[in-house]
Amino acid sequence: MPERSFRIWRGDANGGEFAEYTVDVDEGMVVLDGIHRVQARKANDLAVRWNCKAGKCGSCSMEINGKPRLACMTRLGDYPAEQTITCQPLKAFPVIKDLVTDVSWNYKQNKKIAPFKPRPRDDDGQYRMMQEDVDRVQEFRKCIECFLCQDTCHVLRDHARKSAFVGPRFMIRLASLEMHPLDTADRIPAVKNEYGSGMCNITRCCTEVCPEHINITDNGIIPLKERVVDRYYDPFMILWNKITGKNKNGKT
Amino acid sequence: MINLSEIQTFEHDVLVIGAGGAGLRAAIACSAHGLTTAVLSKSLLGKAHTVMAEGGCAAALGNVDPRDNWKIHFRDTMRGGKFLNQWRMAELHAQQAPDRVRELEEWGAVFDRTKDGLINQRNFGGHRYPRLAHVGDRTGLEMIRSLQDHGVHQGIDFYMECKALGLLKDGDRVAGAVGLWRETGRFAIFRARAVILATGGGGRAWSVTSNSWEYSGDGLAMAYNAGAELMDMEFTQFHPTGMVWPPSVRGILVTEGVRGEGGILLNNKNERFMYNYIPDRFAAETADTIPEADRWLAGDDSARRPPELLTRDVVARAILAEVKAGRGSPHGGAFLDIANRRDAEAIKRKLPSMYHQFKELAEVDITAEAMEVGPTLHYFMGGVRVEADSQETTVPGLFACGECAAGLHGANRLGGNSLSDLLVFGKLAGDGAADYVQRLDATPALDAAQVEALMRGATDILNREFGTNPYLIQEDLQQVMQEFVGIIRTAGDLAQGLKELERLKQQAAEVKAHGASQYNPGWHQALDVSSLLITSEAVARAALLREESRGAHTRLDFEGEREEWGTVNVIVSKGPDDMVARTEERPPPPEALAAIAYATLEELEG
Repeated sequence: MPERSFRIWRGDANGGEFAEYTVDVDEGMVVLDGIHRVQARKANDLAVRWNCKAGKCGSCSMEINGKPRLACMTRLGDYPAEQTITCQPLKAFPVIKDLVTDVSWNYKQNKKIAPFKPRPRDDDGQYRMMQEDVDRVQEFRKCIECFLCQDTCHVLRDHARKSAFVGPRFMIRLASLEMHPLDTADRIPAVKNEYGSGMCNITRCCTEVCPEHINITDNGIIPLKERVVDRYYDPFMILWNKITGKNKNGKT
Repeated sequence: MINLSEIQTFEHDVLVIGAGGAGLRAAIACSAHGLTTAVLSKSLLGKAHTVMAEGGCAAALGNVDPRDNWKIHFRDTMRGGKFLNQWRMAELHAQQAPDRVRELEEWGAVFDRTKDGLINQRNFGGHRYPRLAHVGDRTGLEMIRSLQDHGVHQGIDFYMECKALGLLKDGDRVAGAVGLWRETGRFAIFRARAVILATGGGGRAWSVTSNSWEYSGDGLAMAYNAGAELMDMEFTQFHPTGMVWPPSVRGILVTEGVRGEGGILLNNKNERFMYNYIPDRFAAETADTIPEADRWLAGDDSARRPPELLTRDVVARAILAEVKAGRGSPHGGAFLDIANRRDAEAIKRKLPSMYHQFKELAEVDITAEAMEVGPTLHYFMGGVRVEADSQETTVPGLFACGECAAGLHGANRLGGNSLSDLLVFGKLAGDGAADYVQRLDATPALDAAQVEALMRGATDILNREFGTNPYLIQEDLQQVMQEFVGIIRTAGDLAQGLKELERLKQQAAEVKAHGASQYNPGWHQALDVSSLLITSEAVARAALLREESRGAHTRLDFEGEREEWGTVNVIVSKGPDDMVARTEERPPPPEALAAIAYATLEELEG
């Protein structure tokens, strides 16, 4: 049976270091399988989050050979046989232990966002939405909250500006609400002032790491930025909205 | 004796254990009744099993085929469950599912749409009409996220990465639970007037399973230890289509939606073998020729459904029989072909997760070649015995809903009936708990000895000097259940399985987790194994007792359904010394419901 070497970061909030483990591997194994084998055979207390093992839950996010990835969707066979696989926790969040980080900040951001506020139902008790009008919203709702985009975002990762920017995950959450055909709430002022849409400088690193292939920047963040611009910086639109009593969203 | 005041203590009206769809829906209901509500989640919020549900949520909305109505959904559910379902639960489920689905839209869910802009519905096994509200093949994600995003604004307290170790009681009634913070390894007491279990099943006891580590039967074990009864535990669903290759992904689910969208099953002779496995009960409503099945796929209302959409128990056994006869795929499964049925764009649009799953994990392009699939342990029809309307267990103040409760699905669950189950009975459990709490005059008292026993049981695992590696016990257990309590069962195998479980129980009593208490998965594994052993024993004992083959329970030594077993449920409970399994006579069905269940389709349509 072939063997594979792993360098896995071991430690906690007080610090730590990489430990090297070599284990047998089978055909088709993913990085998470390798970590599980290390855990079962060599380091029972090695901390790692996981659930579905099929890229659907977004639990096993980590940095593999320097790249933010889901361990369950990263095949060992994608790396040369002799290459050591290096696994470390997400850098943008505080370490709890080994590969597990404290991502509670994200849950706090989500709770801050004004919830969905639907218009009344049609007279027959139904909601009608055309598929082409919900395609974009559904794209954003594919998000599995793995927070890889948060991890790779320069604002959060390199500049630690969590107080200034809510991060790509919640920009697309906001976009999914703002573009929802039934929603009546207005979050554009908050997008600008509280959630910091201006902080994003469109490097598209978040889009690159998204395991769900959501076009975060082009389909989510840029349209939100445009709505902010229309509302606050476009003199014609400001005048037009004053006359019609509407904002660009069609929301009054 | 420990000093209770030194242990972190929370107090709520209702404690919900489990944060999948059922737990979230129950908590939302409790909160709507003005109760203070806590939700304990073993993982982070939004990661529970519901997120993995793919195909859809069954509800007779009638958006795609107006002939559909709750009576036909009820009839399908009873027939699928081989008439062992609790009649009242199947009735409530079919009647209330449409409202529960529409309610999700008010909370932000965005289901796929029909041409008229309504919620679209797809075909699924055992459902007469297109009935499953869906979002591509990620319906569960849409539902759990909608419940989560709505729930966090309802004043509910969510406690993430906290495992419940056991229930507390005051006399007969429930008084709360002791929890373990996985991050710190510290304990907490959750006092509550009522507790709702929503912990799912115990599929982790098998080696080929679609279930994650979380599915360790915690709720079943806690309820059992608290004196509640378990029911129908012999009915464990093997989903016919799990991945079989490569070995590391064996068991991962391939949605029934593939067949709902027209996918067909083939053996290695390229034969559509399901035509050879149509049971008498379904013969009148199943296409018996390929041209008829093709007309159905093309949308011809008069054509009957293809046999690939027979119930899961039938399809799983058929695949197994083909493999045994030497007609299996190279890695011991069957071929599931959608590539020759739909164009590539349609496949990617309707089954995006399946496309990526096979592309990335198996290097198979499902728009160009067939998948290899085989049965995988997927779901527990059995669980904690509950009263249909309130979901209360046999322990006062203890409720159960979703997969960890028994009754709705009988001997076999229809695909799509789980997501609707968790909505309907999650809400009813919340309503039931609210009703109970309002009738309760005083907060149940805490018993320090119970708290101490639960904490000591956990810390002993860390403190002992030597002991068995918890991961190895887990692997051993999975082999035992796979081999002796699998799809095809015999008295000899089941008895041997029970013997092996005794051996494992002794090992588990001396399990040792190395390392500190802080985020220690080895320790958590050891704790989960103790729940799994109780769950596994309950399945094996119930399976040994039921001497017939019905739905998901197949006995090689007792073939076919036996009339005398159609009128009893198997009940498992804690005896003075050991676990006890017994049969209990079922009350006769309400006449009005029996008339619907045995009616012809013509009588029920429109």
